[in-house]
Amino acid sequence: MKALLWRDLRLAVRAGGGFGLALAFFLILCTLVPFGVGPEGGTLARIAPGILWVGALLSCLLSLDRIFALDHEDGSLDLLATAPLPLEGVVAIKALAHWLVTGLPLVIFAPVLGLLLHLPGPAYPWLVLSLALGTPALSVLGAFGAAVTVGLRRGGLLLSLLVLPLYVPTLIFGAEAVRRGAIGADPGTPLLFLAAITLAVLALMPFASAAALRVNLR
Amino acid sequence: MSIWEYANPVKFMRASGAVLPWVAGGAVVCCVAGLAWGFLTPQDYRQGATVKIIFLHVPAALMAINGWLMMLVMSLIWLVRRHHVSALAAKAAAPVGAVMTLIALITGAIWGQPMWGTWWEWDPRLTSFLILFLFYLGYIALWAAVEDADSAADLTGVLCLVGSVFALLSRYAVNFWNQGLHQGASLSVAPGERMSAVYKYPLYLSMLGFFLLFLALVLLRTRTEIRRRRLAALLARENRA
Repeated sequence: MKALLWRDLRLAVRAGGGFGLALAFFLILCTLVPFGVGPEGGTLARIAPGILWVGALLSCLLSLDRIFALDHEDGSLDLLATAPLPLEGVVAIKALAHWLVTGLPLVIFAPVLGLLLHLPGPAYPWLVLSLALGTPALSVLGAFGAAVTVGLRRGGLLLSLLVLPLYVPTLIFGAEAVRRGAIGADPGTPLLFLAAITLAVLALMPFASAAALRVNLR
Repeated sequence: MSIWEYANPVKFMRASGAVLPWVAGGAVVCCVAGLAWGFLTPQDYRQGATVKIIFLHVPAALMAINGWLMMLVMSLIWLVRRHHVSALAAKAAAPVGAVMTLIALITGAIWGQPMWGTWWEWDPRLTSFLILFLFYLGYIALWAAVEDADSAADLTGVLCLVGSVFALLSRYAVNFWNQGLHQGASLSVAPGERMSAVYKYPLYLSMLGFFLLFLALVLLRTRTEIRRRRLAALLARENRA
C-alpha cells in the first residue's frame, strides 16, 4: 500500500502528472472572476466563499481522469487488480494520492486566493478547515467517476457530467460553512455535515469504485 | 408462477405484447379524461386558471421520481440476479423519466411566472429536481458511451445506486441551503383538508393516466431494446459464420 502511494506520488510530481496544474487553474479561475463580476470589494467579499469552493471543486475535477487512465493504458492497472492488495484498497490509495497532490495544495493555497477575493477576516480558518474536511470527499467521489469511465474514449467529458452532480452536497455544506464564518455566524452545523459526508464517502465509495473498475477490467 | 418468469425474454415479450395495447389504451383514456376534466374545473379563487397546470405538473413530477425509483429497483435486480430484461428496462426507463422531469420543471416554470413572479427560483424542490435531471442525463450518457452491453449495464447499475444516495442527499442538503417558495406535499394522507375535491379527483385520474403512460412507454422501449439485442446477436452470428 505504501509502495503504491509513493509510486503514485512520484509519478504525479515528476512526470508532469498535473501536480501544480490544478493549483494554477484555481489561481486563474479566481483571477477571472473579478473580471467577470467587477472589482468592487463588497460584491467580491460576498461571493468569495462560493467562488473559492467552486474553484476548488473544478480544479479537483481537472485531474480526475488521470487517476486510473494512465495506469489503464500501460496495463499496470491489470497488475494492480491481480495483486494481493484488494482493489478497494488500491482505489482508496489512489484517491489518497490524488488528494495529496491536488486537494492538499488547494487547502494550503486557498487563503491566499481568499485574500485576492476580499474574503472577510473571520472566514479564513473556516475556509481552510472546510476545504480540509471536504476535499477528501471530492477526491474519493472523483475516483469513483474515474473508475466508471476508465475504459472509455471521450471519457473526460462524461466524467464531469457524472461527478459534478455527486459534488452537490459537499459544495453546499462547504460553501455554507465558509459563508457563515464570513458573517460571523456559527459554522459548526455545516462543518459537521461536511465531515459526515466525507467519512461516509471514505468508508463506502471505494467499494463502488472497485466494483466499477472490475467491470471495466473484465 | 412467479414474477421471475418474466426475466425470460421470450415470456416477457409475449406478456408485454399482450398487455401493452391495454396499458397504452388506458393511458390515453385516463390522460385525456383527467386532463379534460381538469381543464373544466372551476378557477381557483386566488390562482385563477393557472391552477390547472397542476394536472400536468404533479403527475409528471410523480413519475419523474418513481421513474428513478424503478431504475434503482431494476438495477438492483440486474446486479443481484443478472436478468437482462431488468437491465434493459432500466435503460428504457431513463429517457422517459428524464422527459418527465423536464415536463415537471417546465410546467413549474410556466406556473411560477404568474404565481411567484419568476420563472425560476433556487427553491429546494426546484433545485433538487434540476439535480435529478442532471443525474438522469449522466445515466443516459453513460449508457450511450459504453460499448459492451453487459459492462454498460453493470456500470450504469452501480451509478444508479450511488446516484440514488446522492440524489436523496442533495434533496435534503438543498433544504439546508435555502428556504423555498414551493408548497409542501400537495396530497397527503394526514388529516386536515389540503385540496378541494373538485381538483383532487381529476388530479388522481391524470396521475393514473401518467403512470399508465410511463408504463406503456417503458414497456414499448424495453421491447425495442430486447429486439435490438436480438438483432445484434443475429448479426454477430452472421458475421461469425
